[in-house]
Amino acid sequence: MFRRMLLSVLVRQKKKLFLIALTVALGVSLATAMLNVMFDVGDKVNQELKAYGANLNIVPKGAALVNELYQLDDKQDAIQYIKQDDLVKIKMIFWAYNIVDFAPYLTTQVMVNGKPVTLVGTWFNKHLTIPTGDEVDTGMLAMKSWWSIEGNTMKDDNLQGVMVGEAIAKQLNLKLGDSIELTSSTQKITLTVNNIFHSGGVEDNELYVSLPVAQNLANKVGLVERVEVSALTTPENDLARKAAQDPNSLSRTEWDTWYCTAYISSIAYQLEELMPDVRVKAIMQVAESEGSILQKTQLLMLLLTILSLICSALAISNLVTANVIERSTEIGLLKALGATNTSVAMLILTEILIIALLGGIVGYFIGLGFAQIIGQTVFGSFVEPKMIIVPLVLIMVSLITLLGSMPALRIMMFLRPTDVLHGR
Amino acid sequence: MNMLEVNNVSKIYGSLHALSEVNLTVEEGKWLSIMGPSGSGKTTLMNIIGCMDKPSLGSVILDGQDITQLSLPQLTEIRRDKIGLIFQQFHLVSYLTALENVMVAQYYHSMVDEKEALLALERVGLAARAKHLPRQLSGGEQQRVCIARALINYPKLILADEPTGNLDESNEAMVMNLLHQLHAEGSTIIVVTHSPEVSKHAQTTVVLEHGKVASIINN
Repeated sequence: MFRRMLLSVLVRQKKKLFLIALTVALGVSLATAMLNVMFDVGDKVNQELKAYGANLNIVPKGAALVNELYQLDDKQDAIQYIKQDDLVKIKMIFWAYNIVDFAPYLTTQVMVNGKPVTLVGTWFNKHLTIPTGDEVDTGMLAMKSWWSIEGNTMKDDNLQGVMVGEAIAKQLNLKLGDSIELTSSTQKITLTVNNIFHSGGVEDNELYVSLPVAQNLANKVGLVERVEVSALTTPENDLARKAAQDPNSLSRTEWDTWYCTAYISSIAYQLEELMPDVRVKAIMQVAESEGSILQKTQLLMLLLTILSLICSALAISNLVTANVIERSTEIGLLKALGATNTSVAMLILTEILIIALLGGIVGYFIGLGFAQIIGQTVFGSFVEPKMIIVPLVLIMVSLITLLGSMPALRIMMFLRPTDVLHGR
Repeated sequence: MNMLEVNNVSKIYGSLHALSEVNLTVEEGKWLSIMGPSGSGKTTLMNIIGCMDKPSLGSVILDGQDITQLSLPQLTEIRRDKIGLIFQQFHLVSYLTALENVMVAQYYHSMVDEKEALLALERVGLAARAKHLPRQLSGGEQQRVCIARALINYPKLILADEPTGNLDESNEAMVMNLLHQLHAEGSTIIVVTHSPEVSKHAQTTVVLEHGKVASIINN
């Protein structure tokens, strides 16, 4: 009979219950959209922040140690090198897929028109085959997306071309297509100006060539001086900060959590595990900015979610209360026929929960649509629906419905048959 | 044996005495009418007898049990097991069919039996209207559904509050005829009414005035 009464009320009173379903659908759609964006915003913001460059710097262990011990500014005093062949290992760590880009650098001094100029060899957009079978394209151009570059894109196999910084180009009066003669301690070569770039930094006083060119001029074939890495990371928290200071201070559980989370410190640690001769330094300003922006964005989303749920609960409360008041005669009658408060409450709550659940399902799918609109509008990309939202939505629907129904249930509990059955 | 004993019952709301030292007795199988003008305390007395309210003073013995000493859940139990209620405004659940409205009383009493509910409707002449919603039934038909619902659990006492108040003459006759049938089968019936015509059907009429028993008439 309970099922029959439930079905009857759902089928025959659907117009009255529609508003409750609609309210739940609206609340859940907003919450679903916000939660989906919140869970996805980490990757989105990370991707956006990758435009601001590397967040890890790989240097030879000896160079890092000596520089740190003696606080040497002149790198030449302690220079050591990383083997170029080791660089593929960067894409072989546990968090390989979080390494978005990396670029090696080898710096040497050359003379141009009798003036000393810094020449940097790098990968512009190098195609690599990793021993794991994966293939990647990586290099400096993707990591310096804010550079303004004039001329055709520099290729790694262009051994005659050079990218000239804006300041040095002005100083040497160089234009695209001009020839430039470089003299090192052992060689003299002539290159063609392929690009003139503006970086807004010290790089504007430098020349950039394909890595082999710089290695030949510096007589350092197969070696690089440092590597910049851009990695997608999880925002730093207390555990990450503790681990960054000393990973050995972590308990076994903390260690597992830290190691299996893409903290910048755990990525750095894993790189050092695979490349024992290097020291990986996190560029903390970038990492902390990422974490801070991400936390604030997520907090904003969470607040909006909570706000939308509170609004829904209030609206549901009003609607259910109105529904109970409207049905007070029916409730009084059921009580007069022998129904207990519990059985009437069960009937009303089940009705409301079923309606709320239907509203919640509709709201969930609308919310996925909202999330895509937000994703496309704000980040220009698809927001991946997260399965964890489904149980969260279920809990939310139950919670806001139960909370919203409390005032109505209270009214129902204190309703006496005599109050409603003798109105004449 | 007495089905009901009302002993010195008073119901006091602040300074208002809705009932004042009311005494009456109803033997098992008898038909009693409670008459009186508006505000005389008829509904208050009916609520107390129907286990929907408690008196401020006095005692009410229903089927040998003092119901004034019972808690609200115990009163609900007594009402469910021993009393069949008929209301002036019918009070059918709007989204349930006539048959389902009868079955609701079974559901809260013990077990649902659709065949028995259909028989109850047949008895009040509404088997053909079993699948109709209350809004598809006339006033008289709705009151007959209400009577079917009241008798479905074989109550010892049928308590009817102005059962013909909203009905025309022919429907009134039909309803009174049904009450007579129930009475003939041994049910104890208490009818609260304004109407001297309706009260004449009872064996005894208690007239209330200003919350007190003004007279007891044996018809």
